[in-house]
Amino acid sequence: MGTQAKPGIRLRAVLISLGILLANILVNGLIFLFFRDSTLHPLLTAVLAVLWGVLGVYLIYYSLTFAAEQFPDKIRGRILPFIFVGPAVLLLGWLLVLPALRTLYLSFFNASSDKFAGLGNYAAIFSDRLLGTALRNNLLWVFVGTLACISFGLLIAILADRSSYERIAKSIIFMPMAISFVAAGVIWKFVYYYQPGDEQIGLLNAIVTYFGGQPQAWTSMIQPWNNFFLILILIWMQTGFAMVIFSAAIKGVPDDILEAARVDGSGEIRIFFRIIIPFISTTILTVTTTIIVFTLKIFDVVMVMTGGQYDTEVVATQFYRQFFMYRNFGYGSTLAIVLLIAVLPVIIVNLRQFRKQGGF
Amino acid sequence: MVGSKKRKGNKTVVNLVLGIICFIWLVPTLGLFISSFRPAADILQTGWWKVFPHQEWKASDDVIRLSKDVDLRGPIEVNGKTYTDAQLKAGVVEGGKRLMWENRRARMISVQTEGWVTKPNLTTDNYKNVLSGKEYKLKKADGSETVQKGSGLSQAFWNTLTIAVPATIIPILIASFAAYAFAWLRFPGRKTMFVTIIALLVIPLQVALIPVLKDYTALGLNGSYLGIWLVHSAFGLPLVTYFMYNFISQLPKDLFESAFIDGASHFTIFSRLILPLSVPALASIGIFQFLWVWNDYLVSLIFIGNQPNVQVMSMKIADLVGSRGNDWHLLTSAAFISMLMPLAIFFLLQKYFVRGLMGGSVKG
Repeated sequence: MGTQAKPGIRLRAVLISLGILLANILVNGLIFLFFRDSTLHPLLTAVLAVLWGVLGVYLIYYSLTFAAEQFPDKIRGRILPFIFVGPAVLLLGWLLVLPALRTLYLSFFNASSDKFAGLGNYAAIFSDRLLGTALRNNLLWVFVGTLACISFGLLIAILADRSSYERIAKSIIFMPMAISFVAAGVIWKFVYYYQPGDEQIGLLNAIVTYFGGQPQAWTSMIQPWNNFFLILILIWMQTGFAMVIFSAAIKGVPDDILEAARVDGSGEIRIFFRIIIPFISTTILTVTTTIIVFTLKIFDVVMVMTGGQYDTEVVATQFYRQFFMYRNFGYGSTLAIVLLIAVLPVIIVNLRQFRKQGGF
Repeated sequence: MVGSKKRKGNKTVVNLVLGIICFIWLVPTLGLFISSFRPAADILQTGWWKVFPHQEWKASDDVIRLSKDVDLRGPIEVNGKTYTDAQLKAGVVEGGKRLMWENRRARMISVQTEGWVTKPNLTTDNYKNVLSGKEYKLKKADGSETVQKGSGLSQAFWNTLTIAVPATIIPILIASFAAYAFAWLRFPGRKTMFVTIIALLVIPLQVALIPVLKDYTALGLNGSYLGIWLVHSAFGLPLVTYFMYNFISQLPKDLFESAFIDGASHFTIFSRLILPLSVPALASIGIFQFLWVWNDYLVSLIFIGNQPNVQVMSMKIADLVGSRGNDWHLLTSAAFISMLMPLAIFFLLQKYFVRGLMGGSVKG
């Protein structure tokens, strides 16, 4: 603080900042090597690793700003913003932006990425039966899943708003959000479980046989309807998310408008479609975007429930299979890019929305 | 008034419909919870709902013995009525009693009566099994036996925690610094950078996996804590930055302008003023990110692989599903253990969590 722009300070400042930079790299590198080779008790490792991870980042910022403060005001003012945004930009650049470009590049090459294939992979993807199924299923997930989550979420939000048990009902519906997809997979495997014979231990089959029906292998045999049974899991998990946000938005609808409509003799259903829906339309758009993006990437449910067998493959599972099992880097990359292209309209809508909100 | 009466009637309907929906939502989890306490044999034989009192046919002492000259293939006469062999095999209900073969060769028909049964046969053995790992006996070449323990969930639990805590705090710290700069500092390229980050919000992470994996292999970061923290941080950063920007940019400007005039540096303002003021926002987005990392499967699957010393719970359970599809007693309890942490966080910090989800989205 209060550093004067004396020529003598310059060299010292440069040396100090270089030293700090080197020390950061050295110390963190050494700690990294220590953790990689350590054979400590898992609990001790956990504690130490957490300490390093958290303190390390803070110290990096601290030491870098300290280095910046050695320079005169004018230079410091220029450097400081980049120290603050630098780590975020570097991390995103290295782990998201560059990879996306590299994936795009790889998608024009063959399986072992040594021969240029042009648009060959793209053509192949749309003619391959398996990949076709994956694309079709993904569309199913996006349409059915999103539509159901949004409408259920709205319905429950409206009902909860008028109920005396709002809090507890919302907690129950929202709870599956906290459950991992893998655990949810186990939960639902248990619901859909099928065993030949009389006694069914799967809930759905027990209900079906109770009413005199035949037990079914829900997730495998009845194609393509088995996809719907998988989508049901997503609906179970994501409706709570939509509900919570809608619920908050509905509470923002001014009471006097609602009262005025009621005095005019409008029914609740009319009020819902004519007043509430238009009022929360922006929120509906945001939630729809989030859920669409989410469903496009769906992976865990399918992987755990069926492993993509029985025609339940989606783009993400096919991507995983092509890349990690068949070692077809070309196909893998192409699938990822197809996913990206599918998300593009959503990005554009989102950016527009952001600009409208006066973000910048 | 007619209006208020009508609304009261509506309320009962509303509560009823809501109750039914909540019940449907709760039942799958309830089933898992109950099953996780049942012995393996029970799980495979009867549904979990049989734990509750229910009516079931029970054999009474009454047994009908047929004489030797009855032809078992033809119509069989019992107490003046005739039944077929198949009927007796499945059981016929007659006047509140059920007739069923007890031993066809010995020509014995049991008379069953219906009664209330409970099978509260509950145990914590499944949890013990899953947590400590199964014991395997290995025979060595010289004939001696050694007992080896399979890896249990406890190691995976610590691994998950070691990954989840820094993978929550690191991106939030980085994002808050960046959000502060975006909101209150002026520098070239600020707008481009920020819009890019917003656009990255919706990028499917699959797009990044292949090249990142290649870099990681080259750098030796695969399967290391640092590697997985960085990946989770990067994938979470766009959302956290966006969220923190919304919060930090709303803070009153004069608040830290005076601090700046007093000679405080940006770093001091950030750590002494911004961070403490942002606690509600930090908490809510933190819970969100933590749950996301805790529940993650794809990222761990790719960047950790099968190394047992860093394996996380979701992978462990997915492995169980794959390799022991019928070991329901292990699966159910393992799944429930993996849910404990998120559920505890969910119920304890629900208020923040909900607020976090709504950040920035309800404004419009």
